[in-house]
Amino acid sequence: MATPAIRMFRKIDGLFCVYKPSGVHWKLVRDGIETNLLKGVNATPSQPLPKEVRFLALPAGEAEAPKGLTLSAASVPVLSKHTLVTGPEFQNIKVGVGHRLDASSSGVLVLAVGNGNKALNNLYKTRVTRDYTVEGEFGTATDDFSNTGRIVERSTYGHITKDKLERVLAMLQGANQKALLMYSNVDMRSQEAYEMAVRGLLGPDGKSLPILTGLRCIHFQPPNFTLEVQCLNETQKYLRKVVHEIGLELRSTAVCKGVRRTRDGPFTLQDALTRHHWKASDVIQAIGQYRPSKKKSKTPIKDSPLQELEESTTVNQMNSEREQQ
Amino acid sequence: MASSCTQLCLQGRNLLCSKAVARTWQYNSQVRHCITVPRGSSKILNGCSLNKGNHKTTQTRPRWKQPMFRYSDLASKHLATEALENKAVEETSTADVVAYKSPLLPIRDAVSVTETPLDLDAATEVSALEVISVEEAVSITVPSDIPAASTSLKDYVDKSETLSKLVQLGVHLWKLEQRPNVGSMLLKLDFNTDVAPRLLFLKDIGVDDSHFGEIITQNPFILTEGLENLQSRVNFLKSQKFSSENVASMVSRAPYILNFTVKRLDNRLGFYQQRLKLSASNTRHILTRLPRLLCGSLEPVKENLKLCEMELGFKENEIQHIVVTVPKVLTANKIKLTKIFDFVHNTMKVPHDLIAKFPQVLNCKYMRIRERHQFLVYLGKAQYDPNLPNYISLERLVILPNDIFCTELALATLEDFTLFQKTL
Repeated sequence: MATPAIRMFRKIDGLFCVYKPSGVHWKLVRDGIETNLLKGVNATPSQPLPKEVRFLALPAGEAEAPKGLTLSAASVPVLSKHTLVTGPEFQNIKVGVGHRLDASSSGVLVLAVGNGNKALNNLYKTRVTRDYTVEGEFGTATDDFSNTGRIVERSTYGHITKDKLERVLAMLQGANQKALLMYSNVDMRSQEAYEMAVRGLLGPDGKSLPILTGLRCIHFQPPNFTLEVQCLNETQKYLRKVVHEIGLELRSTAVCKGVRRTRDGPFTLQDALTRHHWKASDVIQAIGQYRPSKKKSKTPIKDSPLQELEESTTVNQMNSEREQQ
Repeated sequence: MASSCTQLCLQGRNLLCSKAVARTWQYNSQVRHCITVPRGSSKILNGCSLNKGNHKTTQTRPRWKQPMFRYSDLASKHLATEALENKAVEETSTADVVAYKSPLLPIRDAVSVTETPLDLDAATEVSALEVISVEEAVSITVPSDIPAASTSLKDYVDKSETLSKLVQLGVHLWKLEQRPNVGSMLLKLDFNTDVAPRLLFLKDIGVDDSHFGEIITQNPFILTEGLENLQSRVNFLKSQKFSSENVASMVSRAPYILNFTVKRLDNRLGFYQQRLKLSASNTRHILTRLPRLLCGSLEPVKENLKLCEMELGFKENEIQHIVVTVPKVLTANKIKLTKIFDFVHNTMKVPHDLIAKFPQVLNCKYMRIRERHQFLVYLGKAQYDPNLPNYISLERLVILPNDIFCTELALATLEDFTLFQKTL
């Protein structure tokens, strides 16, 4: 016998993603969503109070006349079960956060509610890659690699062309590819390594240094440029540092103007909820959208040869992702 | 025969294994000393029991009946006050509990003073010697087990009349029980003598019934404040030319007002009037719009005013205008204020006088202003100068809800705005 609140609580178990605006700490986002969900769950109509039978003395002269003291049975609601006394039915909901985004970066942030936290753990065990859009600007260098930091150096950037930039990016990507092979604990001369490499399955297990698996310039207009990055195990600070190093490699300096995550594993910008939609009803809808995809994704994975590797993946987009690598 | 009587008495009491019995146990044992006393000294007994203040029964009644009454009287009283009594801390202080104990005390006195076993007999035959009929036995309800101390009011709600009435009024007891000492204070209250007069008082000054729950949830101490104090404070507010509707709305929105002494209220009114150099009517206007200014600390208000003056660089008359239009600025977070001002003044390039003209900007969310401004910049519509065409007023920028903002100011659809938000 589940109360409406419990039924609603079960509905919000799962994964969804939000669009974190820049300038907000992820903890604030998480806490805000948690309170909104609690509000939504507790706003459901509460169950009627259970009744108990009690013998009530008739009020007439209880002290004076015991002969007149008669009892009448009445069923009275048990007030100690009232919501005003017990407090709201749900006091906390587990809301877990996927790969973090620091305060100054924005983008897709995966959140898990309730039992979704297990799925979240499994998701990150499957070596997901993330897409970022990184905006940079040539000409200055700052102490924290972002454009708000203290400027430590200025330089010219007239000599930089798109060609030169792409050459540097290719070099960086090559270096990262090497690192990827190094971290993928397989003997490079073995047949096993060959077969994995053919399927694009090579990569670090669990923790490693940040690895950029893809790097591309999508916009170049000196001094501004925009890069699209696919990476593993990164932090936003590392991406800023990459921009800084690209600047140095080009015999100039560069700062990062913004880091924006456009994809985290299977979660894309398209399904991300913006700030105005962080309410229980919208979240339930978003989680509901995720659920059917989970059921569908199970079948293709089962007959694919990747099955043993992808034990608990809930994601089918992962496969295509692997191929890209 | 007397011995058999006491045996009976003991049995009877064993049946009614209530706390009250445990209390009277002591002098049950004393009965044993006086088994030999012949019955028949009823006159003396009655005389003795006259001393006991608690007796309401008339002397004309048969002697054996009388103690029965007392016991049932006692039992009913016990029921009424059991919740109180069980709060171990309060036990002795409550008047009811004292009343309940009183039947015991005079008897002990009698024992010590007169040393006559007769008295003891008189006192001890209480109820127990009487053969109780079934109906009467039913009427003596044995109180169910209530914890003597508990962390929650849950255990007492069903037993205490005050608490159950408060729940029916809509008081959030779960919030109140988290505050120190409030739970025991509520348990000590009696609904008819403590709570009801104050509710009637609130009703008299014009507070709507539906607000009672919220008021008591926020300020349970209103129930312990003296009625004449409450009346004098309301009278003071009315003497300051607050209309009675205003007083009612102030009380329901800032319930702590009634717990402030007249002197303190007067000081605060004076502070706002002098510090802001406002006219009396404007001060009243601010305070009716944001009555919690009267209850909160004055330090943050002073700090905010200094901040507006020195850090944000508003002139005195501009501050006055800001405060009169949006009193909430006085209690807003300082960091938030500077952040918004910094964005509006330095990024949106809006001069001071325009901000002072539309102070709603300072009251809204930083993210909201930033998003909307960036959207307008993206569309090439960010134009906040009233002298140029396509002027967008700051007020409309911040107070319109999202959909109307999109259609009227940005001339775009809500989906566009959402998509734009995802590119920030």
